[in-house]
Amino acid sequence: MIVLDNIALRHGTRIILSGLSGRFDAGSQTALIGANGSGKTTLLRAIAGLHPLAAGRIDWDGFHRRDIALLAQGSHLDRSFPITCRDVVALAATRLGPFRSIGKDKLAATRSALRRVGLGDMEDRPIQALSAGQFQRVLFARTIVQDARLILLDEPFTAVDADTTHLLLSVIQDWHMQGRTVIAVLHDMELVREHFPHTLLLTNQAGHWDAMPEPGLRAA
Amino acid sequence: MLDFLLEPFALGFMRRALAGCLALSVSAPPLGVFLVLRRMSLMSDVLQHGVLPGIAVGAIAAGLSVWAMGLGGVAAGLAVAVVAGWLARRTGGREDSQLAGMYLLALAAGVALISTQHSLDLTHILFGNVLAVDDAALFGMAGVASVTLPVLALIWRPLVLESLDPGFMAATAGRGGLWHLLFLVLVVLCVVSGFVALGTLMSVGLMMLPAIAARHWSDSLAGQVRVSVLLACLSSVGGLILSYNLDIPAGPAIVLFAGGLWVASLLAGPRGSLWRQAIPEA
Repeated sequence: MIVLDNIALRHGTRIILSGLSGRFDAGSQTALIGANGSGKTTLLRAIAGLHPLAAGRIDWDGFHRRDIALLAQGSHLDRSFPITCRDVVALAATRLGPFRSIGKDKLAATRSALRRVGLGDMEDRPIQALSAGQFQRVLFARTIVQDARLILLDEPFTAVDADTTHLLLSVIQDWHMQGRTVIAVLHDMELVREHFPHTLLLTNQAGHWDAMPEPGLRAA
Repeated sequence: MLDFLLEPFALGFMRRALAGCLALSVSAPPLGVFLVLRRMSLMSDVLQHGVLPGIAVGAIAAGLSVWAMGLGGVAAGLAVAVVAGWLARRTGGREDSQLAGMYLLALAAGVALISTQHSLDLTHILFGNVLAVDDAALFGMAGVASVTLPVLALIWRPLVLESLDPGFMAATAGRGGLWHLLFLVLVVLCVVSGFVALGTLMSVGLMMLPAIAARHWSDSLAGQVRVSVLLACLSSVGGLILSYNLDIPAGPAIVLFAGGLWVASLLAGPRGSLWRQAIPEA
């Protein structure tokens, strides 16, 4: 469970979120929506522990950094980097230290994750040869091998076609069934309505939401 | 023809220069490959100018000792790299403009300091002098190569991860800054170790040109590293032969040779070259 206690977030000198309290229950699947500049990405990064709080606190309630996977928007990544799909995924294998070798079990997990996202036959392919959708699948495979309890997704379906969106949604569904907590920043309201039981709307105003026993939309 | 190729290396100082340049050819290009991948090619420019005031201060403090000048160069190079990165973060400005400001300042300070010392020859410091490769300089180049390669092997995986996706590195393992700093230390060591033979300006050429050319020969990181080392070794041998026979300084000769290999790779390499782009794929 993640508990936000009266938090405020700053972007540069501007306060973009303040007085926000609430909680994300363990195993919940929540869509984070709001207008551009409403602080969705910043809130996601703050929950990951990557953005400092201007006020308030976040209680991770037993989550450690290694329990959290953040899939940031992939568009800023250099797709000309000379690396194969397998290596991108294997480098993120759970608790893989800088000096430890990538063992057979990690390689098996890597292959299985790539198969899950439909890229089983492309593990040796350099990422520069992939389409935007295929690259997003690789990033999902990387998130799978992280084996995290809390999964944070920032606009995971941007520049992705309908088939790939459908496949990636099924991966998110797997995570939900496995009891992992998923929070995703999304823009497509139809997709939110169909696939996300809980929705949090950021409105630039102070707000509070309680636990989410019933699916539905909460404004904060 | 055989005389043209072998005669230069009948001389002791040329063999010495060759050994030093080959050591640099093994250690510097892999770092250049990472500089290119991290879009930090400008950083090599900054460092080649940034080490200059340190070398000058080392010479002023301890005379023409390679070690004193080397230590001064390493300290100045690291200071420039760290301060430029810090300034870019603090001011929210673009790092490249901060880097440009830093290296112009460093170059001016270095030239001013060197000009106060009549025993120092600015041309030799900037462009090198193979006659000056003594035991200390040779041990310096070989020593830096012996340190650089094992350290690079040890930090390879986090460095790849941090180069590909620094945000992911920060979110999972952290310590991205540590790997970045270690990498910069290796780059500075290589730039400084080559300055006696090649000069501060030219030693960066042996780091960057083979690395840029290697992108046209391989799709894999390890492949690019191997090709870059091979091209740098070829440049060292070829450049020294040209230098001896055409009576031009070794630093520019080696960099010209490396530049020729880069142009050839750009025109006709198997990956992304102009030739490959001109013919449609089957």
